Amino acid sequence: MIGEDPTPAGAFGVEAIAMTMRFGAFTALDNVELKVRPGSFHALLGENGAGKSTLVKCIMGYYRPTEGDVLIAERERAISNPKDAHAFGLGMVYQHFTLVPAMTVAENLVLARDDVPAVVNWAKEKQELEAFLSRMPFRVPLDAKVSDISAGERQKCEILKQLYLKRRFLILDEPTSVLTPAEADEVLGMLRKMVEAGELTILMITHKFREVMAFADEVTILRRGKLAGRGKVSELTPDDMARMMIGAEQLTVQPSRTGEAGKIRLEVEKLVARDDAGGLAVQDLSLTVRAGEIVGIAGVSGNGQRQLVEVLAGQREAESGAVRVSGAPYSASREEMRRHKMSLLPEEPLKNACVGGMSVADNIALREFDRAPFASGGWWLNKSAFRKDATSKINRYKIKTRTPDTPISALSGGNVQRAVLARELGHDVEVLIAANPCFGLDFAAVAQIHAEIMAARNRGAAVLLVSEDLDELLELSDRLVVMFHGQLVYETRAGEADLTEIGRHMAGH
Amino acid sequence: MADGNIGLWTVPLAVLGGAIRVSTPFLFVSLGECITERSGRINLGLEGTLVMGAMSAYGISYLSGSPWLGVLAAGLTGALLGALHAGICSLPRVNDVAVGISLMLFGTGLAFFLGKPLIEPTAARLPAIDFGWWSDVPQVRAALRINVLFLIGVALAPILFWAFKTTRWGLLIRTAGESADAARAMGHSVLAIRLRATMAGGFLAGIGGSFLSLFYPGSWNEGLSSGQGITAVALVIFARWDPMLCLWASLAFGGAAALGPALQSVGVTSGYHLFNAAPYILTLLIMIITCSPKRTLSGAPAELSITR
Repeated sequence: MIGEDPTPAGAFGVEAIAMTMRFGAFTALDNVELKVRPGSFHALLGENGAGKSTLVKCIMGYYRPTEGDVLIAERERAISNPKDAHAFGLGMVYQHFTLVPAMTVAENLVLARDDVPAVVNWAKEKQELEAFLSRMPFRVPLDAKVSDISAGERQKCEILKQLYLKRRFLILDEPTSVLTPAEADEVLGMLRKMVEAGELTILMITHKFREVMAFADEVTILRRGKLAGRGKVSELTPDDMARMMIGAEQLTVQPSRTGEAGKIRLEVEKLVARDDAGGLAVQDLSLTVRAGEIVGIAGVSGNGQRQLVEVLAGQREAESGAVRVSGAPYSASREEMRRHKMSLLPEEPLKNACVGGMSVADNIALREFDRAPFASGGWWLNKSAFRKDATSKINRYKIKTRTPDTPISALSGGNVQRAVLARELGHDVEVLIAANPCFGLDFAAVAQIHAEIMAARNRGAAVLLVSEDLDELLELSDRLVVMFHGQLVYETRAGEADLTEIGRHMAGH
Repeated sequence: MADGNIGLWTVPLAVLGGAIRVSTPFLFVSLGECITERSGRINLGLEGTLVMGAMSAYGISYLSGSPWLGVLAAGLTGALLGALHAGICSLPRVNDVAVGISLMLFGTGLAFFLGKPLIEPTAARLPAIDFGWWSDVPQVRAALRINVLFLIGVALAPILFWAFKTTRWGLLIRTAGESADAARAMGHSVLAIRLRATMAGGFLAGIGGSFLSLFYPGSWNEGLSSGQGITAVALVIFARWDPMLCLWASLAFGGAAALGPALQSVGVTSGYHLFNAAPYILTLLIMIITCSPKRTLSGAPAELSITR
């Protein structure tokens, strides 16, 4: 940076001009322009794979754009790596936390500095950190291990870290994906105040219209690597923005809710399960789901939802307690799943529901592969039956794959989930367990998955839906329960649900 | 009592002496491996490093007449082998465990090959400090003849403990071991950090080897190491990646290894081989007690290939 002028004091703006980024034959960004005014709160909207992350990574120096320039405070700057961007006062808060979980908050903050002293004088550093925190709008416990603090506090830490490093242009990548609505409002509200005070400029990647409407001044919308629209938030409606995001694509229409809840299908009684570290993840949890009913489990991630689903899926042994399906004891064996027509849509389907290196056809046949018509005598596999079944399901579920023999790991997230959907819902279903089924998927896939889940319910399936997305839960559930620290702490009919009440219970109050 | 007939007291005394003498290589290898593993990589090749260290220390000591030059040579050989491990592991899609096993075989094989001419000659040995001068019981004096390397190792454990907490390098090593993404996001090169940590680990393991050939047992032959290097790797897991616990665990293993010879010296000869197997039985027991399929190890660096 020697010889370069420092960025002027106060908030400054950043512009990306004619950004194009090609990875081999694939064009991730095509002549995109982004203009973030000094002292503004700018939202960058777009579906998964629209090029939002690629664009900010070009600005931050992680990628070298194929073409295009970056202007910082109206001056063209060469940013060849993240360190250059940091020197200009640019900082980024990632979607996945970059804090070291096994270290304390103080250690994480000091560690992030470019000039960590060879021997750290902790007494002096702690004093300086306290002084810094007293000037900040939110506080974090300095001596707590990051692994012991809540997701909301971690997100605050990430932001504080950037401010501690004196960054004045912050890029936030989906900063509220792990926060309760109340936590999200608190964090964004405080950042908004700092923007209004002229101390900061913020560029926030998001897909939540609510946050764009409430906190952003301006918005830039990307679709498939191209600029799809931009403007002042005050002059746009969420519908306008959604249209710009998805273009002319037709979305699957969700069937309306029909029929009443029947008899109890899934019954969980006083279930106790531990997490990988041996701590109690699920504590004395009892729950029933009736036929023709969707029960939604809300909660901030890490409150035992994952372990609960893993027990029901047979991926984890319960410590104690009982699970019954249609009145019969259930231990997640293959025979029981088959007999009770159980279906599972676990989170991260590529990892939890597929064998990545195997073909789409093999993955679709995974549950029935050794039975007729896929196999004769229980051992001789009939590959043409695999392919025939897969071809019909690929058409029915609109799975975009080159051939049925393509390895499933080559498919996009939405199409992997469609393939799992085809396998799990392509036949009669009596019990469906779904965990974050739409996480990270595009509008079209989300609409299709929601429609399939609702259709399964209408056909009389008992559905347990675990999700971190409250909107999804409110839209699909008949009944909603909130999970906190491994226990169910609140229950309500979804039709009468009060968002603040749910948020309060999600935060454990 | 001056005739040295102290009866059954011989056993605990010999175990204590053994704990001090036999534990030194354990201590150095485990502290070295502790550094490497805290940076997020496992170096199973330390058994080979240990044997190479023993051979090069013996050779240099014999040629130069200075055992301390031998110790230095052992450390440098170890660092070189560490660099080789780190270098191969920094290539894409290379598994550190597999590389470690091959380097273990490579190190021992190379040491036997290069060390063939060293079996006959006698090299200058490391001196020991007589802490038993106050006693006239020969067993006590023998048990308290303590090598300087042991003292250095004992001092190194708290130093490392302190360094992991309060030095820049300690923090960087832990960051690389706990979250490579975090380290990268801060602009650090994870591979460079691991290279240095693996070299430091190799350096210490090499010194551990020099103790074998230059003090106890104090000669060079192909049966010199009885798996101390690989046991020390297991010991790091048992010690939960904590340098201070590495120290106590090394002493316990050293004591266990001295049990067989001590019992034999008081005339318990039945089951002699069984008692000699004490350290290995201890390793197995510790692994069975501390591991469970239901949970991951607490304290394990998150980037280690065994915990990921």
